[in-house]
Parts: sequence; C-alpha cells; structure tokens
Amino acid sequence: MNAAIEVRDLTKRFGAVTAVDAVSFSIRENAITGLLGRNGAGKTTLMQLLTGQQFATSGSILVGGAEPAENAAALERMCFVREAQRYPEDFRVQHVLRSARWFFPEWDAAFAQTLVTDFRLPLTRRVKKLSRGQLSAVGIVVGLASRAPITFFDEPYLGLDAVARQIFYDRLLADYAEHPRTVVLSTHLIDEVGALLERAIVIDDGRVLLDDDVDALRGTLTTVTGGVAAVDAFVGGRRVLHRQSVGSFASVTVGGLDDAARADAVRAGLELAPVSLQQLVVRTTTSAADPSASTGTEELE
Amino acid sequence: MDESRPIFVQIAEQIENDIIAGTLAEEAQVPSTNEFAAFFRINPATAGRGVGLLVDAGILYKKRGIGMFVSPGAQSAIVERRREAFRDEFVRPLVDEAAKLGISTTQLADMIRTEKQA
Repeated sequence: MNAAIEVRDLTKRFGAVTAVDAVSFSIRENAITGLLGRNGAGKTTLMQLLTGQQFATSGSILVGGAEPAENAAALERMCFVREAQRYPEDFRVQHVLRSARWFFPEWDAAFAQTLVTDFRLPLTRRVKKLSRGQLSAVGIVVGLASRAPITFFDEPYLGLDAVARQIFYDRLLADYAEHPRTVVLSTHLIDEVGALLERAIVIDDGRVLLDDDVDALRGTLTTVTGGVAAVDAFVGGRRVLHRQSVGSFASVTVGGLDDAARADAVRAGLELAPVSLQQLVVRTTTSAADPSASTGTEELE
Repeated sequence: MDESRPIFVQIAEQIENDIIAGTLAEEAQVPSTNEFAAFFRINPATAGRGVGLLVDAGILYKKRGIGMFVSPGAQSAIVERRREAFRDEFVRPLVDEAAKLGISTTQLADMIRTEKQA
C-alpha cells in the first residue's frame, strides 16, 4: 500500500498551546480515511498543516515525496474544503464554480453542474447571502468536482439536512469508485460515515490514539456485562476503558478478547456485546483525557 | 448495516443469503464491487473484502476481465456450512435460556411445534 502523505514527528504550537503533538502517521493512497476526534482535538490544524496553510513548528510532512508548504506543484494536487471557506466579497455561486477550474487541473464542470442540481444551489445568488447549509454544499461541490488526487473535507456538512448529507455520501462513494483518489474526511458524525471509510485515524489532544483499517477497529472493544464479582474476576489485569455499575451489576469495556477469553466469559455467565466505531472513539478519547477512567467508576446507584 | 460487526462479513452474509434464496442463481454474474458499494453505501474496499471472502471460500469465482460469478454447488455448500453452525448459534443459546427460565425440554419442544404451525 502506497502512502499519499507521510507525517513524521509533526508538532504545531500556537504560543503555549500544543495543537499537534509529535504525531507520525501516513495517509494511504486512494483510500477514504476518516480523521476522527472531539472538537479541539487538532483535526483542523492537522489538515491546515498537510495542505500547507500552516507552517509546522517541527517535524516533516511529505506529500508525494515533497513538502507541501509553498510548493505549487504539491498544492495543485490537493483540494481542501474548509468548514468556514471565505470567498471574494461579490462572488456568486457561479463565480466560485467558474474560478475552480483555474485551481484544479482535473476539474469536471459537467459533474459540478449535476451536483448543483442535486443540492438545489442557486447559481446567481451571492455567496454571502447563502444559508449555512448552502455554503457547505458549495464546498462539497468544489471538493467532489475538483477530482483532486488528494481531497480534504473538514466537517463538510454543517447546516446540511439529513437528505443533503445522504446525497453527499452517495455522490462521494459513486465518484470515488469511478475515479479512485485519496480522500480525508474529518468528522464527529461517526455512525453516519463509518461505513464510507477504509481507514480511521483517531486523534485527541493533538496526539494519534488509533490508526487502523476501520474493519479492524470494529470489534476491537467488547462490553462485558454481568454480576460485579463475575465481571471483576474476568477483567483481572485487563485494561478497562470504561466501567459502569448499577447495584450488583457491572458493565465494563475492554479491548483485545481472543476466542478463549470469550469462551471463558460466556462460561462465567457474562454477556458480551461488540462496541461500535462511534463508541470506540468515545471510549478511547474519554479514557485518554481522564486517566482515572482506566481504573475508574461511574456509579449509578 | 450493523455498525458493531465488520461490514465486509455482513456483505458476504448478504450475498450468501441471496444465493440461498435463489435470487443469485449458480453461474449467475454477481454485481461488481462498486455496485455493491453504492447499493449498501459502503467503501468499495470493504465491499471488495466481502466479495474476496466468498472467492476464498469457493462460493464465487472470477472470470478475468468479465466479472464475478456464483460457483456451481455454492448453494448447497452454504446451506451445509450454516447447518453446522446452527447448533452453536441457535440451539445452544435456546436450550441455555430455557434452562434459566425453568422451561422443560418437553415444553420447549411443544413451543417449537406450536410456533411451526402458527
């Protein structure tokens, strides 16, 4: 598997704040990768660094073997759809679409037109008069029709209703299938986009917590429920990401159970339930933020 | 899709269900990976892994440059394998739960008969 982007020991500080903290990872070429994490985790800063819109404090970024910052050849291959994209004051929607082909060599005007119809965008309306959802739709049209070899979407669906989000997901999948390319999608709507992703990178507090195939991540955590004594005996020295108890019942989230451990749990009368990708991210990011959660308790008595 | 299990396994199961039901006949061409991806709204790589699972198991086979087809004997092979799993996945939990609730084996058998007639 080739890497579209290689990041080594990347750090970005703003004054006393470390937004990205010595991270190393690679983005797989021609895969859809989810950048998952809570607000303020460092997702946007990371995307700005990868697209050359911020300078790193230290560390290296290689996009197709070259540093992206102030590198026209590398930047031309990338499209970054930002959450709050700004356009020239008088621009109407049609101006945005017409100017896009100057920036993106692979721009497909006919595809853009189809998307404009799908999202019911008013071509002659001034961009600053658009609703939040329409503004997001403009970004999505540019991101998809750019056919850029590397496309970043930073929370691209703000203000979009469920129908419009579904249109985005469907068009993204269909166009990606026909024109495979590297897509990085930052989101916290994990349940909604989980199935679209091939890879997931979970970041929290400027660090990478998980970086794996989505199918491998699903099923890495298990919730074990049963009587407190039986649960405690089973858990033993395992790392507990979350624990909850009600009266004499306890429910714990643990990782890495093999078949033998599962059989043991069932024999001990415990219930096992898999943890969804969304829950996986919630559990890993909350337990990283609060070390006490690893031994911790959430008593509901 | 059930978010908590690997999606490629669920895709493989769905295709198997269609083969058992006869919707996908033996020697029939199955949809392409991209068509599965669009239909189930999943990543094409995930759809590809699901299809790959069935190719490895001999349920589907590839005709180079044409596409993917249902192998001869696929239907009976799937049914045979699922019958073996039936006891572990369904009968044992049923018997265990019945025991927990104090339902006798005779009562359980009666319940199954009644359900079958309903």
